[in-house]
Amino acid sequence: MPVLCSSKCGKNAILKRPKTGDALCKDCFFWAFETEVHSTIISGNLFKRGDTVAVAASGGKDSTVLAYVLKVLNERHDYGLNLVLLSIDEGITGYRDDSLETVKQNRDDYQMPLKILSYEELFGWTMDAIVAQIGRKNNCTFCGVFRRQALDKGATQLGVNCVATGHNADDLAETVLMNILRGDIARLQRCTSIITESETEGTIPRVKPLKYTYEKEIVMYAYFKRLVYFSTECVFAPNAYRGHARAFLKDLEKIRPSVIMDIIHSGESLQVKDNVKLPVRTQCSRCGSVSSQELCKACVLLEGLNRGLPKLGIGKSSLANRARDQQDAEKKEKVICDF
Amino acid sequence: MTDGLQVTLEFGGGAELLFGNIKKHEVTLPVDDTPWTIRSLLTWMKDNLLKERPELFIQGDTVRPGILVLVNDADWELLGELDYKIESKDTILFISTLHGG
Repeated sequence: MPVLCSSKCGKNAILKRPKTGDALCKDCFFWAFETEVHSTIISGNLFKRGDTVAVAASGGKDSTVLAYVLKVLNERHDYGLNLVLLSIDEGITGYRDDSLETVKQNRDDYQMPLKILSYEELFGWTMDAIVAQIGRKNNCTFCGVFRRQALDKGATQLGVNCVATGHNADDLAETVLMNILRGDIARLQRCTSIITESETEGTIPRVKPLKYTYEKEIVMYAYFKRLVYFSTECVFAPNAYRGHARAFLKDLEKIRPSVIMDIIHSGESLQVKDNVKLPVRTQCSRCGSVSSQELCKACVLLEGLNRGLPKLGIGKSSLANRARDQQDAEKKEKVICDF
Repeated sequence: MTDGLQVTLEFGGGAELLFGNIKKHEVTLPVDDTPWTIRSLLTWMKDNLLKERPELFIQGDTVRPGILVLVNDADWELLGELDYKIESKDTILFISTLHGG
């Protein structure tokens, strides 16, 4: 027995919206989906006319839908944006090499220029090489930290005004939960912001136009629009911690679909008292990236790899300093012996 | 026993990886007195079609949360979910949302 579209257009519904419970037909769903992203963009003041915006494109569902919907809205509402695609090649054989083919397809389909930057050219290490050295534990830490910096560097090279990422409502709710579980108050406070604040000179802001868009609707939108995306899991161990938060959230969503918006709302409403000491964000003394430490995480991880001490950036920084000092001392000793 | 119930099962978003990496399966379900529902189809799929890691597809008697189900291109949440009575020539699509970018 077909259900009719809630908007009373007379057509059969194809989807039940998790956010509102409405049953919508294909056309009304497309309209609602696009209008909500548009209103997020306008109310959050994400872009200015004439901006060049890099879409962080992985070839996955979120960034594929983001690139498509930004193109549609840019034309429909005359934002006056110049859209480009920015992809990071982590150097993961059998995963990223395949997904980059999807990004190239997006480039051709959406007529957007594409820039691909690789970990190898930026850091001198592919993820394959990193995993060969450190094994399959903590490899997601390296990948995540390096990707963040790679996107910043790519954005700087392209001279864009901002980077748009495909983070969706489910991702954000997961991140809020993870930061609560980890007790990371600094990240908890800023993880829901729609524009990452550019506290440091020269940082290119990141925006999340899909911040309030449910994953279910992104997947349905891609399906009904016949958008091609890449959907293979990374060949290395998936991020276990996020996986737990995700599974928990999906179970909650089953019982109460609004839980995703509720958690985001809680994250947004959270305010840390003025007298709470939070890490001060400054610039890395080695590479100039944003960091709350003397050296940014990417530089510490890289130093660990290059010194053959891959654990350097994992865990407490005091342990890292000790390992570094010890190796320096050993080297010194060796030099003395050599003479 | 005459001919069974013919349905098309499709997989996307990575769910196909659990079914021998084949996106489209034409299957015939054996017919008896009880009508086929998505609930009984899932059990049948688990026994006859699912190739690996069943916990990534089935949780309890339903699909793992995060897997979308569409019957003839309509969200199963509009159709009674597990209790939907399958008809001949139905196309049932399972899309995984659990694969990141």
